[in-house]
Amino acid sequence: MAKRKNILPGFNISLGFTLLYLSLIVLIPLSAAFIKTTEISFAEFWQIVTTPRVVASYKLTFGASFIGALINAVFGLLTAWVLVRYTFPGKKFIDALVDLPFALPTAVAGIALTAIYANNGWIGAWLEPLGVKVAFTPLGVIIALTFIGLPFVVRTVQPVLEDLEAETEEAAASLGANRLQTFTKIILPAVWPALLTGFALAFARAIGEYGSVIFIAGNMPMVSEITPLIIITKLEQYDYVGATAVAVVMLVISFILLLAINGLQWWANRNNGAER
Amino acid sequence: MSGISTSQYSHYHSKVARNRATSEPAWVRYLLIGTALSFLSLFLFVPLAAVFTEALRKGFDTYVTALVDPDALAAIKLTFIAAIIAVPLNLVFGVSAAWAITKFEFKGKSILITLIDLPFAVSPVIAGLIYVLIFGLQGWFGSYLVDNDIKIIFAVPGIVLATIFVTFPFVARELIPLMQAQGKDEEEAGLVLGASGWQILWRITLPNVKWGLLYGVILTNARAMGEFGAVSVVSGHIRGMTNTMPLHVEILYNEYNYAAAFAVASLLALLALVTLALKTYVEWHAAHDASLAEDASK
Amino acid sequence: MSIEIRNIKKNFGQFSALNDVSLDVPSGELVALLGPSGCGKTTLLRIIAGLETPDSGNILFYGNDATERQVREREVGFVFQHYALFRHMTVFENVAFGLRVRPKQTRPNEAEIKRRVHELLNLVQLDWLADRYPPQLSGGQRQRIALARALAVEPKVLLLDEPFGALDAKVRKELRRWLRRLHDELHITSIFVTHDQEEALEVADRVVVINKGQIEQIGSPQEVYDHPVSPFVYQFLGNVNQFDSQVHNGAAKIGEISLKINAHPDTQNSPALAFVRPHDIEIYNTQHPDKVGFEAIVRYVNAVGPLVRVELERADHTELIEAELTQERFRELDLTAAQHVFIYPRNVRVFLKENHATA
Repeated sequence: MAKRKNILPGFNISLGFTLLYLSLIVLIPLSAAFIKTTEISFAEFWQIVTTPRVVASYKLTFGASFIGALINAVFGLLTAWVLVRYTFPGKKFIDALVDLPFALPTAVAGIALTAIYANNGWIGAWLEPLGVKVAFTPLGVIIALTFIGLPFVVRTVQPVLEDLEAETEEAAASLGANRLQTFTKIILPAVWPALLTGFALAFARAIGEYGSVIFIAGNMPMVSEITPLIIITKLEQYDYVGATAVAVVMLVISFILLLAINGLQWWANRNNGAER
Repeated sequence: MSGISTSQYSHYHSKVARNRATSEPAWVRYLLIGTALSFLSLFLFVPLAAVFTEALRKGFDTYVTALVDPDALAAIKLTFIAAIIAVPLNLVFGVSAAWAITKFEFKGKSILITLIDLPFAVSPVIAGLIYVLIFGLQGWFGSYLVDNDIKIIFAVPGIVLATIFVTFPFVARELIPLMQAQGKDEEEAGLVLGASGWQILWRITLPNVKWGLLYGVILTNARAMGEFGAVSVVSGHIRGMTNTMPLHVEILYNEYNYAAAFAVASLLALLALVTLALKTYVEWHAAHDASLAEDASK
Repeated sequence: MSIEIRNIKKNFGQFSALNDVSLDVPSGELVALLGPSGCGKTTLLRIIAGLETPDSGNILFYGNDATERQVREREVGFVFQHYALFRHMTVFENVAFGLRVRPKQTRPNEAEIKRRVHELLNLVQLDWLADRYPPQLSGGQRQRIALARALAVEPKVLLLDEPFGALDAKVRKELRRWLRRLHDELHITSIFVTHDQEEALEVADRVVVINKGQIEQIGSPQEVYDHPVSPFVYQFLGNVNQFDSQVHNGAAKIGEISLKINAHPDTQNSPALAFVRPHDIEIYNTQHPDKVGFEAIVRYVNAVGPLVRVELERADHTELIEAELTQERFRELDLTAAQHVFIYPRNVRVFLKENHATA
């Protein structure tokens, strides 16, 4: 006797369509990248992905992404705190504007940041006499990656701060803790998983970023050339194997990050209690 | 990008009025607010202001000329075409995936959720690359496509595919947590009252998640219209043919035609601002509905 | 016979939610499925509705096998524990839903729908709420709207999952009396699930006590309360004092004393559990010449309400015994804490441990 296991209708069709669409759009195309690399031996693969120019691009991409995410962790936590705890004029407007880097096309962000930080730009002109060059240097890459990662930490930390009960802070105060102690011993541990998740999301996003970076970076080999640009350059030279080899390295790292972020979110949810 | 979904339904005010024991001295407050606002101004206001200032630097006439240029108009048209195809497809996918995932139990569900997130983790450049590997001249279907005179790469279909890829998870990511939180009680109630599957979907499930759905669509649309990296790889940059607005901005910029580049960019920036306004409106509605439900259940 | 449940089994993974449950619900009765949380009662209700499928066994409606019948073809009304009202629809639209989703040929016209919905809203006395949305209603109002919505499709069977579980004590009492009156008016075969024995005993025609996926006892409220068939039912229905005892030749030995019982005349030295309800504990200031009982010390007295609750400690054992007596009797005895008294259990019920291993 065939049992109806699912009471609500539509399981087969919805799961079937989901899997088909996922396979056609994402899984099969992604697997093409891995299959492409089987055209070369592992030694050749290794040689391609470890040439000095490529290695220099990893260092820049990961280093700048890390610093950008770090800046966002600090200022994102601060921004979330200010938005949740304080009132000031224009707060709702600021809150809405935090998502600008999600909404603004990356190419637009790229040329805008370049215009600001070029040596005749609004900020670049001030920095020039101090001997600080931003545009067309690794510093410019960090600025662009900070911009595109800005909302992540704010938006992961904000709801956790909102849900913190005032009572636990009152309890800490009644037990004799000062405000700084309450912050470091009560509040910070509570938002820590969210903060780490936000950091990881910003970092993951920054690694793959292309549009906002290429305008401000200057794209000098060995100095300010990011890994996604290496892939594009190889493609334009019809070096599909080379482009794919570098892409596979980035894909593997991205997948590991994705798993790490999933783990972090699981941990964050567990820490926030199971009442939801 | 999945981080944003968590904040959308929380209310943006503290639940408890703060007293002296749980707040900071005034000077600390002002210092923190000042620092945060300086940071946000530097990274949000200044770039936004720069786009519009640069766009109008050579005067309003130049601005308008740049926008009515045939190549610019063609780019605007192509951008809309890509969005008009990608958004509904990913909407249908999002609803379908959320229905399967939240209304049923099956093995491998958490793997499926992770796989749906994959496109967020993949660099847009790689998203373009994989379609080149499949549909490009040397790709899997390369010779077949050439023989039948079908162009996908360096043509509109490639641009649409790349756009679908990069906006793939948005709707699903919004709907899954929302529908999970709502449970299946109402759907079961509909079933007992004699409703069919489609009737349950149209009359119960979708109206219940309409704000989340709209939110996902707004995000999908914004990203679809603004995507640069993935589209750049598959487009071929043929003026008036395969250029979207962001690509048109790049070409103008690289030709040192800054005023025109920023003029087109200002349209995209306006789109971003409209997106933020809509998003805030939807969040407000969703929070309003949620708090209504919460008040009544007390 | 209106609903027959035949040998239903249901496992969730390793957990056996229902283990070979059979039950008959006669037409027009109001039956309570009573048991602690996790006992399987809600699962059984959902299986009857078709919202869960049993691993094996059958459900018969009016003699016809409905096990394989789709939920929407079962003609059941289901009231969900948290009501599951459609939050984006008005009260009117919620009640009208079941009529509106019917296929064209059986769907009533708009005027008829309007008439039926208002009739039902009048029945649950909430016609004035027709244009409100569920989040604007109180818990009790939502409950009644959920009931009206379930009745709109003219179900053959009404199923209610913890219908009063989410309400506060006062509304609960009012609503369950109202439900009883409504049932007397409509006479629709109804099954409701509850963990509250008071609720089951007050409202139902028959009570089905369920524990660990099995039916412990079926009977009228009077029967299950007065004659529990197992230690579990005894403990679950009302307060009870429990004693370790030995049964020997028709008497139960508790501590130093031996009480006559009307059972187990031939049993020899068998370990057993003895149960006595608090109102079956008699208290005297001096030893009674004809009765067998314990010497005890009063530990605590709570004289609030019509019955006085007394906690006593046996002189030969540290275990506390609870007794209930009338205010009148309490004044006669003039009990205070630490007072020495004599207590005499009546209506002792004994269960041999060998027959009820899990108690």
